[in-house]
Amino acid sequence: MKKKADVVVIGGGITGTAVLAALARYDLECVLVEREPDISMGTTKANSAVLHAGFDAPTGSMKAKMNARGNEMYHELADEFGLDIKWTGSYVCASDDEGVKTLEELKARGEANGVKGLEIIAGDKVRDKEPNLSKDIKAALWAPTAGICWPFGMAIAFAENAIANGAEVVRECEATGIRVEDGKVTAVETTQGDIETRFVVDAAGVYADAVAAMAGDKSFTINPRKGEYILFDKTAKDSLVSSVVFPVPTKTSKGILVCATTHGNVFIGPNAQDDCGREDVSVTPAGMDEIIAGAKRLVPNIPMGASITEFAGLRAVSSTGDFILGESDAADGLLLAAGIQSPGLTSAPAIAEYLTDIIVKKTGAKERTNYVKGHKAAPVFREASDEEKAALIAKDARYGRVICRCETITEGEIVEAIHGLCGATTVDGVKRRTRAGMGRCQGGFCGPRVIEILSRELGKRVPEIRKDGVKSYMYYDKSYDGGDAK
Amino acid sequence: MTEKKIYDIVIIGGGPGGLSAAKSAAENGAKSILVLERDREVGGILQQCVHNGFGLHHFKEELTGPGYAQKCYDLVKDRLEVEIMTDTMVLHIRESEGTKVVTAVNPKNGLMNVEGKTVILTMGCRERTRGAIRIPGYRPAGVYTAGAAQRMVNMEGYLPGHKIVILGSGDIGLIMARRMSLEGCKVEAVLEICPFSNGLTRNIVQCLNDYDIPLYLSHTITGIKGKDRVEGVTVSKVDDKMRPIAGTEFDIDCDTILLSVGLIPENELSRELGVAIHPRTNGPVVDQHRETSMDGVFAAGNVVHVHDLVDFVSDEAEIAGKFAAIKANGEAQPAKKDIAVNPGDGVNTCVPQHIRLADGADESVRLFMRARSPERKVTLHITDANGDVMKKPLPIVKPSEMIAVDIPAAKVKALAGDVTVSIEGGK
Amino acid sequence: MAIEKKVMNCIMCPMGCELTATIEDGTVTSVVGNTCPRGAKYAKDELTHPMRMLTSTVRIDGGALHLLPVVSKTTLPKGMILDCAEELRGVVAKAPVHVGDVIVPNILGLGVDIVASRDMAAV
Repeated sequence: MKKKADVVVIGGGITGTAVLAALARYDLECVLVEREPDISMGTTKANSAVLHAGFDAPTGSMKAKMNARGNEMYHELADEFGLDIKWTGSYVCASDDEGVKTLEELKARGEANGVKGLEIIAGDKVRDKEPNLSKDIKAALWAPTAGICWPFGMAIAFAENAIANGAEVVRECEATGIRVEDGKVTAVETTQGDIETRFVVDAAGVYADAVAAMAGDKSFTINPRKGEYILFDKTAKDSLVSSVVFPVPTKTSKGILVCATTHGNVFIGPNAQDDCGREDVSVTPAGMDEIIAGAKRLVPNIPMGASITEFAGLRAVSSTGDFILGESDAADGLLLAAGIQSPGLTSAPAIAEYLTDIIVKKTGAKERTNYVKGHKAAPVFREASDEEKAALIAKDARYGRVICRCETITEGEIVEAIHGLCGATTVDGVKRRTRAGMGRCQGGFCGPRVIEILSRELGKRVPEIRKDGVKSYMYYDKSYDGGDAK
Repeated sequence: MTEKKIYDIVIIGGGPGGLSAAKSAAENGAKSILVLERDREVGGILQQCVHNGFGLHHFKEELTGPGYAQKCYDLVKDRLEVEIMTDTMVLHIRESEGTKVVTAVNPKNGLMNVEGKTVILTMGCRERTRGAIRIPGYRPAGVYTAGAAQRMVNMEGYLPGHKIVILGSGDIGLIMARRMSLEGCKVEAVLEICPFSNGLTRNIVQCLNDYDIPLYLSHTITGIKGKDRVEGVTVSKVDDKMRPIAGTEFDIDCDTILLSVGLIPENELSRELGVAIHPRTNGPVVDQHRETSMDGVFAAGNVVHVHDLVDFVSDEAEIAGKFAAIKANGEAQPAKKDIAVNPGDGVNTCVPQHIRLADGADESVRLFMRARSPERKVTLHITDANGDVMKKPLPIVKPSEMIAVDIPAAKVKALAGDVTVSIEGGK
Repeated sequence: MAIEKKVMNCIMCPMGCELTATIEDGTVTSVVGNTCPRGAKYAKDELTHPMRMLTSTVRIDGGALHLLPVVSKTTLPKGMILDCAEELRGVVAKAPVHVGDVIVPNILGLGVDIVASRDMAAV
């Protein structure tokens, strides 16, 4: 790990990695520290994966500005970074007159926020596009610029681009303190040692207030709000939706949606549970009931038999209700990216641009002359043509061995994911990069095989391989063994 | 792209079903049979089922899982008609001008299109997961399907943990309870949401009772504790609608949860090919020859309906192999009569779903059924449009134990209209 | 004379017949409910000296896989099963092995061999 840097980014979610990628365009020494064994393990791994059009947030708010700019930026970044994005558009569906009135308000607000193409369409027209929607739906706000994405893939693309440009991503490295001398940030203390630095970017998600407080900024708090989800098998797609379908929003949330994913699955959720603490990502029976009931108001026949997994994520809700962005008043050199709840995913590149501009102005950093542009997505066997498949196998026979049968993921792809610039070190890390284990059998078949490949490629013994978190060890030696059974 | 040859039969899956089908097909005149297996060796799931209890019906001797697989393999390995390709995953099957084109891939041959006059689907089944039954709580390491854990313990040589709770009293769960005990682990409990066990009686006796492992009927997991690794479970009693009863919760400390909550026939390839799938069995609709709704496409074993005995898988696969061979040789007689076989009262599933008879057909038909609920002293009643076909008294029926009954050839010949199979006289 | 009736499930095969054994002064005098002779023998054995098959795995050196499945040639006393299983945890076989090869002769002096369940080629 570097002992000295120009900027230390704390937190490896979509915000932190987007900031790192934006900074990497400049001649700056950057380090990102992440406490977990992988990036994108917090809110980034458990959210709706929607790129919002931008009509929800109050006009003039940071959320509104960043959402509009972020959405616009993703339309350009998608190609450059090989991002998995589908511009499906979104519907907000109203079932009564009051709801229809809200649609008008949303449309007006969206237009004030600079969102293009908004249109209110009649229920029948909506059902022409999404035939499984409830007959009760009277009208919907159609937003053609909304989309769906693969958040982990985006965070990894941002991180790997930054690494290619000299940045460092240090995982299992928790920031434990920020040194401030004469009102200026001088270093970040971590579990792996200190890093001298002039700038710290606080992108610590649900812990952003705790990190800011390390530098003496106690101007805000983060009050996580839990959201639970149910994911459905691809076979359920035809009885659900192919885009993003919201109900009319409430004060606290955009409501329980029914939403397609970029890989042909569909999810329902999230609910909104306050006062849940910073670590509670458990799913609850009451939560499941709530999201099923909510989703049924949009799609009456939810094929519950096709559910394949449930999960929960935390929204980093700030005490101001808005994103908290920019320089902290408490310490010179501390930049905040706090309160990044929805539309945080959409806003990430805009937030990165905003914070990077501040740092560039303050340092006078120049654009990197040898900047490596974008990110090349690893080959995806199942999406390749027959000729491409044959070529992949000819180059590396491991592309001919299918490890995950549900998603058709080959050994070649898994090996590539492990040896990437920000490579997978855990079973879920492999899953986030390749989708191995993400299908209907949820790793029942490929799990043991993925562990074996991780063990071999990382030069670690099987009992050292983890599922996801720092101590999430999966298998143990047999007691008679005293060593590796191999 | 290699291979121009057209095989008589391409068999998808080299487990006991695929191997038994290959053996029977070769014995019945098929000249070229290709078995495609995705694992490193044939034998399928049997290779990890190291326990005994297999083979009494089919081989007339008691075998372990690997022993049974070995027998199946030994019966085909020297047959010149049978070619086996391991480490090979089938990606698609499609119909093209009367032949079946199977797209498969392996590291050695790359991407291949192999053609068969007929195809036999013997892909087996997969385990239901935590997600399918929506267990609340965290998602830590330490939650495994029983079969995945079984592979690690019996084939790779690792333990999933040391203090185990098993959810589901299906046979794999029971077998794993004993297996973990033999490995020196402590099995704290087996939980079953139904008021009865879904496993074989012999497994309750020798896998649980022998090791003093408690079986909690009408109980389920309502919470998983531990964020990185399982630290315990919350267990609740359930009512007759299988909803947890508030106030009945208790905790069990454990580091591992094994799930044995059912098996699902693996029919993604079949669906894509266009084979009709039965909503209750989740497997292809088949006739008594195990031919599916598509001409020349046969299916047998757990891909058709989940079996409790591998012996019946072999029996069924031998039927499929024989009739696929007859079809490939152009000797199949066109069916003139199509009789639907429907489950009636007390019967959950019945296979085959059709009896298709050619003119002058003279064959007995074996029906495989599952009861809806455990009952004693009942009568299995088969009727057709004319009334009674046959009745058979059964001392005991259980949903976990498949019932097999033969309709003699003379009665098959006389069948009129659709057939209904019911279980009568239970509570 | 003490007459006792015991109901049990036969485990000799997957049928799981329900057996009723009559015990008179410690001797099993009759067994009903069995569909084959093995059931009667099982009930008698179970009530006097219960026996079980043992299946497990042992490590194998030089084989295609890491573990070799093994089985007891005949049944072992039920009370000795865990001891035998523990004994097997220390055993290392050597490939190649053929199905039926003796891996542990006369385990714990009980007069029963532990044999390989399958072939294992050497690599």
